[in-house]
This record gives sequence, structure tokens and C-alpha cells, in this order.
Amino acid sequence: MPDKHLSSQFDADLNSLSSRLLEMGGLVESQIATAMRAFTQMDLDTCNIVIENEKLVNDLEIQIDLACTEVIARRQPTARDLRLVMAVSKAITNLERAGDEAERVAKRTKRLIESGSPHNINVAEIRLSGQMAITLLRRSLDAFARLDTVAAAEVVAEDRQIDEEFRGFVRKLITYMSEDPHIISTGLDMLTIAKAIERIGDHAKNIAEFVIYIAKGSDVRHIPHEDLVREANKQ
Amino acid sequence: MMSNMKTMFDLNKIDGQGGKVETTNQHSEQAAINALEVRNLNFFYGAFQGLKNINLDIEQGKVTAFIGPSGCGKSTLLRTLNRMYDLYPGQRAEGEINFYGQNILEPGQDLNLLRSRIGMVFQKPTPFPMSIYENIAFGVRLYEKLSRSEMDERVEWALNKAALWTEAKDKLNQSGLSLSGGQQQRLCIARGVAVKPSVILLDEPTSALDPISTGKIEELINELKHEYTIAIVTHNMQQAARVSDYTAYMYLGSLVEYGKTDEIFIKPKRKETEDYITGRFG
Repeated sequence: MPDKHLSSQFDADLNSLSSRLLEMGGLVESQIATAMRAFTQMDLDTCNIVIENEKLVNDLEIQIDLACTEVIARRQPTARDLRLVMAVSKAITNLERAGDEAERVAKRTKRLIESGSPHNINVAEIRLSGQMAITLLRRSLDAFARLDTVAAAEVVAEDRQIDEEFRGFVRKLITYMSEDPHIISTGLDMLTIAKAIERIGDHAKNIAEFVIYIAKGSDVRHIPHEDLVREANKQ
Repeated sequence: MMSNMKTMFDLNKIDGQGGKVETTNQHSEQAAINALEVRNLNFFYGAFQGLKNINLDIEQGKVTAFIGPSGCGKSTLLRTLNRMYDLYPGQRAEGEINFYGQNILEPGQDLNLLRSRIGMVFQKPTPFPMSIYENIAFGVRLYEKLSRSEMDERVEWALNKAALWTEAKDKLNQSGLSLSGGQQQRLCIARGVAVKPSVILLDEPTSALDPISTGKIEELINELKHEYTIAIVTHNMQQAARVSDYTAYMYLGSLVEYGKTDEIFIKPKRKETEDYITGRFG
């Protein structure tokens, strides 16, 4: 059976949805990387770049959502085409929110720089989970591009590590803040940044779940991980 | 003669027992009842085999849609369900079609009575060249002796069922052919409903109609399914998705996939079905 539609324009429309999602994903990935660089280097200009570029992410979300609506209106997609359009529409919401989190990291970093208050909080977990979040998002987008459900299941599993880093950092932060109440304000900004990164991991996980939905037709949100893996490996 | 009488008796029993769909909640929660059960059905146009070993159940009180490319056998299958094919020499069916447990393919059936129990509406509207009133009364007279007032009531009831009463009540004596295409098709549905069948077969009922008339017929299908079992053949996949509870995809005389419409259109099991409904069929 052919993999192309009778209508080549329909193929082009669907391909365009996927490639624009990946384009948006690339932009968000770069936003997160820039925000993490701003945080690591405590650089004000880099923070401003992230805040400035956030509107590009928002614009892409609106454009791709409109394109999804147009495909539905013109083509009445069914089965895997319908699943693709629905998943793209939801995945770009996740990407936009991941972009919001990058902006949040930049804004909080900016506040930390501007407040100028010294601190001795060890932020190794934040840096590490930031790198993990960027990698995870990239892998979820790669899985999307190839509709690779096995890779998608791995992304879902690895999001747990980011969650674990976040919990570790919170425990440490509580100790810091109870020892020295003067750093509570700084600590809360750090907490917001750590939480933002943890949320980016969640968004990457959600996108990975949509990959399984498109390819296998199974909604794997909110199910035990073993079941998700089984669906991902189903022939 | 005896066998004909027996058949008529049995079909009348069907009328009394399984002919109507219960609509109360108490009953709808019960296990599904099949109006028709097709078993190992093969159909031949002379030497050509049009249907190959079809097995499926048509659930009472639901809409079952048949989709597939031209020549796949969907209309043929529909025409076996009330033995419409019997009108043509050289066409024969083998296997079983159980209508509430009775195999209608057995010899000695009263086909007129069968077709009053399993009515059919065709692609092109086929009103009789007579008044709107007579279009409906004609069929009823074949099966029932009604007084004038009872017949008036039946005509009004049928036209109401077909959502045509408001438009037609002031011109019941005008020719059925004076109606628009969409109205004519609803008149044909009213005519089918008037003899109180239990199953209505619709063979591409809206392919000759404009979108508004199509919408009215689809709305009507949705209304009628509360009381009748409906099987519809359609070329329009979106129509199948809109109106049906179950969808059967057929190809080259075989039933490829049959299941709940939501599942067929979101997550079909067979790749052939997916290729067809997504427009990848070449």
C-alpha cells in the first residue's frame, strides 16, 4: 500500500506541520540553552536575548495552530493523519510552555544579578538538570521526527531523573535556607529556576508520549511506565 | 403455500417481538441484540463472485455504515439483506443472513413481507408518480387495512418521522415529483417508515443531494436510529464517520475490517483500512 496520499498537497500540508513543529522545537531548545548559559555565567545581556526571543516562540505557536486548524477544515484528516494533527497541536502547546519556562529562568536570573546579593548555594543540580532537560527535549523532537516510539519511551523514563535532581536540590535548598534566613529571597529565585527546568523535562516527556500516540494510536498519558513501554514496542 | 404461510407467520412473529427497538434506559443497558447476523455469505453475479465469505452482525438500534471503493461489494451486501437481488436473474447468495434468528436466504420466503420488515431507500429519490399522500398510503395498503382516518394518521406520522410533515402538510395532494430532490428523498424514507419496518437500508441516500438536504437526511438518520436499525452504504467517509455507530470497510468483495466507528476512524486495526480512510488508497 502506498504511503503517500492521493492528494500530494495533503502530504505537503502534513509534512509542513511536522517540520514547523521541529523548527519551533529547535528554537525552544536554543532558548533553554541560552537561558542556562545566562544562569551559569550570570550574564544580563544573555538573559535579555532569551526574553526578547520569547515572542518568536509565541508567534510560531499561533502560526502552527492555525495551520492545524486549516488542515482539519480542508482535509478532515482521519486515523494517523488525525492523530498527527492533534498531537502537533498539543505538542506545540508544550513547546510554548517550555519556552515560557526558559524565559522564567532568564527573568529570575536577571533578578538574581540585579539584586546583587551574594550567596553560597551550590547550584550543581540546576546546571546538571538544565543540560538533561535540553538533551531530553532534543531527543523527544528526534523521536517525533522519526516517529521512533522506543526512543520516545526512553525519554519518558529519563524525565524521572530530572525530577530526582529537582527533589535533591529542594532538599538542599531547605537546609541552606534554614541555616541562613538571609538567603531565602535568593533561594526562592533558585527554586523557581529549578522548578522551571523540571517542568521543561515534563514538557519533553509529554511530546514523547504524543509520538507514541501518533505511531501506535494509544493514549499513554497517565498510565504505568511498563504499560507505556509495552505500547511503544507493540508491532 | 404452506411453507409461505409458515414464513409469513414467522415474519409476523418478528414484527411482534423483535421489530421495535426498546429505547428505555432499562433496556438499553442490556446486552446488544443483533437485528441481522450475516454468516459465511457468498454472492454471485453469474460466474463472478461479488461477496466473499462475509461475516458480520448488525446491531439493533444502531447505524452501521459500509464504506469502500467502487465495486467493493458494499451495495451488493446491502441488497442481500432484503433479497433485493432476487429481482434479477442469475444472481444468487449462499450462506446465512439471520434476521432475528430466521435465515432469510432459505427458500420459501415471502419477499414482499420481508421487504416491508427490511425497507430500502435508494441513491436517487424514487417517488411514485402520484400524490405525496398516495406515495405513503400505497405501500401501507399492501399490508394493512386502515380506515381513512387511520391512514391519515399514518401518513402524518410517517411524514413527521421523515421530518417532512411541516413542508408537505399543505400539499399532500400534489405530486411527489413536485418536491425538491432532498424532499423527495425524505418522502422515500417516509414511505419506507410508513409500513413500520424494523430495519432500514440506505443505499447512498444523499449522493444526489446538496449539503443542506444531506444534513437533514443525516439528522433524520440520527432520529430514526432510536426506533429502527439502520444500515447505510456511503461513498462519503465523513458521512459514515458522522452518522454511524459501526463501520465496515470492504474491498474486492471481502470485509476487511468491521468495528466501532470511532475506532475505525481514529485507530483502525488494519493498514488497508487506514490507507483507505486517510486517502492513501491508490
